[in-house]
Amino acid sequence: MKIVHPLIKYVRPGFLSTTNCAGCGNGIIAQSILRAVDELEMDIDDFVFVSGIGCAAWIPSPFFNADVLHTTHGRPIAFATGVKLSNPKLRVMVVSGDGDLVAIGGNHFIHAARRNIDLTVICANNGIYGMTGGQVGPTTPSGLKTATTPYGNLERPFDLPNLAKAAGAVYVARWTTYHARQLTKSIKRAVQKKGFSFIEVISQCPVQFGRRTGAGNAVTMMQNYKKNSVSIKKVDKLKENELKGKIIVGEFIDREEPELCEEIAKMRERIG
Amino acid sequence: MSNKVLTGLHFMQGDIACAEGAIAAGCRFFAGYPITPATEIAERMAKRLPEVGGTYAQMEDELGSMAAIIGASWTGTRAMTATSGPGISLMLENIGYAIATETPCVVVNVQRGAPSTGSATLSFQGDILQARRGSHGEYETIALAPSSSQEMFDLTIKAFNLAEKFRTPVFLLADAFIGHMREEVLIPDKSKINIVKRKLPPCKMSLNEYKSSLDENVAPMPIFGHGFKSHVTGSTHNSYGKRDVTNYEALDYEVKLLSKKISKHKREIISVDSEIKDSNVVLISYGTTYRAVREARKMLKRDNINVGSFRLITLWPFPEEEIEDLAKKVKKIIVLENNLGQIVTYIKAAVKGEAEVIFLPPQVLGTLHKPDYIVDKVKEVI
Amino acid sequence: MIEINEELCKGCGLCVAFCPKDVLKMSNKLTKKGIHPPEVINEKDCTLCGNCMLYCPDLAIVIGKEEKIV
Repeated sequence: MKIVHPLIKYVRPGFLSTTNCAGCGNGIIAQSILRAVDELEMDIDDFVFVSGIGCAAWIPSPFFNADVLHTTHGRPIAFATGVKLSNPKLRVMVVSGDGDLVAIGGNHFIHAARRNIDLTVICANNGIYGMTGGQVGPTTPSGLKTATTPYGNLERPFDLPNLAKAAGAVYVARWTTYHARQLTKSIKRAVQKKGFSFIEVISQCPVQFGRRTGAGNAVTMMQNYKKNSVSIKKVDKLKENELKGKIIVGEFIDREEPELCEEIAKMRERIG
Repeated sequence: MSNKVLTGLHFMQGDIACAEGAIAAGCRFFAGYPITPATEIAERMAKRLPEVGGTYAQMEDELGSMAAIIGASWTGTRAMTATSGPGISLMLENIGYAIATETPCVVVNVQRGAPSTGSATLSFQGDILQARRGSHGEYETIALAPSSSQEMFDLTIKAFNLAEKFRTPVFLLADAFIGHMREEVLIPDKSKINIVKRKLPPCKMSLNEYKSSLDENVAPMPIFGHGFKSHVTGSTHNSYGKRDVTNYEALDYEVKLLSKKISKHKREIISVDSEIKDSNVVLISYGTTYRAVREARKMLKRDNINVGSFRLITLWPFPEEEIEDLAKKVKKIIVLENNLGQIVTYIKAAVKGEAEVIFLPPQVLGTLHKPDYIVDKVKEVI
Repeated sequence: MIEINEELCKGCGLCVAFCPKDVLKMSNKLTKKGIHPPEVINEKDCTLCGNCMLYCPDLAIVIGKEEKIV
């Protein structure tokens, strides 16, 4: 007698065992995506999952039994733009890490948001370069000691939801891996949303971030996510010092704007 | 203007002829970034593609342009980008990705003065070896060199056909002269244009059928949106397309098969334009330098000097056997390139000492060889 | 019922930490991978809230009524 995990049907045969380290948040994000697809009762064959380079790029690749485009470092959004523009019927989801999407790939990120092309971009933000061994990234908190900031990080981290919002994204949310239920709901919303949707997931890297920076193991890190998270709905009521070190979670924006593929279709009709 | 193929005789700029060739070849996706002297291709595609149901995307940079055409190609769309040297330099990582993932696409390089920003409006043949070896790693590539507006049209179609047939990026190595020059272009009727269709798998594939995902005879392409559950990766992959990055055997297998895919079909890919007859001296050229050769030969003929011409239409894969055969028939080979000697080293290797190889760059780099300069050189060596 | 797939489990302990009813605990058993998988110590208190499944990064734990039997 055995019960079958409801998401196993979406896993590429032979790839059930992932290369993620023990306790890595990537697995929680992977399941949240698959759960969203499952709950939406969508056909996973209508999706194309696009990822870049880095641990988080391995969330869909080769794990998801779907069309998966595992691209070069920093470029998944540009690849996804080509996929979506040439076949707008496909649901295109980009899943990658913070280094991939907003350091080396930062330009594609803001421009895709500006274009408002119908992509769902999920950024697993672990605040560090995990795969290469814990170097400082564009999302590493200031002051933190990493493999390449042995005297502390002198730079400031990006605020990704506000970056996406300012660049023109129509749906923006931030959650942590602790908020896997809300994350699933948010992914469902993002997939259904016409236009550029962005979800940042603060995710634990227990090995390269936790161990190196003293943030602890996966359990401690996730318990801290729970403790330190503040809903965006409550932010206005809190003073600046009360927000220090807090993770603001929730939906940052949900607005309607003309979507690029639809506008192209209209243009084609117009010129006949 | 809304005709899919602009059949008839036109007075057309090379860049425009290239764009029209792409439209005629069934290209329905173009991603690019403005750059002199290739911008006219993007401008024409921006106008023409929506007319034929296609999509033009102006990306944020050339890295994104190359990425976008690969993404588009995986949906089954014929896709192209056009740029110049600085853009190619930015695209090279993703060109390598297209090679590794066997993604058909056409990359047009309208070469300009270089290195670096160089001279945007000046012509040059500086990127010949870059096309061969620019991206990191070991691979084979296909590159064609047009020498007229007509060939900007014809070879763009040929580039698409080779790309689709061999599932690989194909370079069109033009230059600023040819890109900006206007001359006669005869566009045949649509029915007369040969279009090679991409081989697709029959239906959903079993794991065993996936085994042909690496195949020297070119595997069918499991494009997106058809339930193939394709896993496309630039990482080293085995015969099932499964990533295997820790085995030297997997690396050996992939690199050799990807290279063999091109080298095995060299005879089919390579095209040269040879007029040797009984001449002892032959001028080897490609692209715009051929135009100077053509003129010089006319002048030499007036002086009753008969020199042959051997034009490389396909630069890569390199027509080694063709050159080897040529060397056995002639005594002296003069190689004309608008650079300080790129393809000449390959020619010397192929000649194997059977004939004397003389390299002849133009007097002023970037300019076309003056025909009388070629004539003088020929008279000097015969 | 709670099923733990010891082949997939990496022993991170998230399921144990986030179970609100202390149904699970890390065992002393050592798997082939060299990790300690969780074990069910208190199944009667399980409310099928799904936290263990939700937070297991490796699809190594599954709960449910025995409807989905293969």
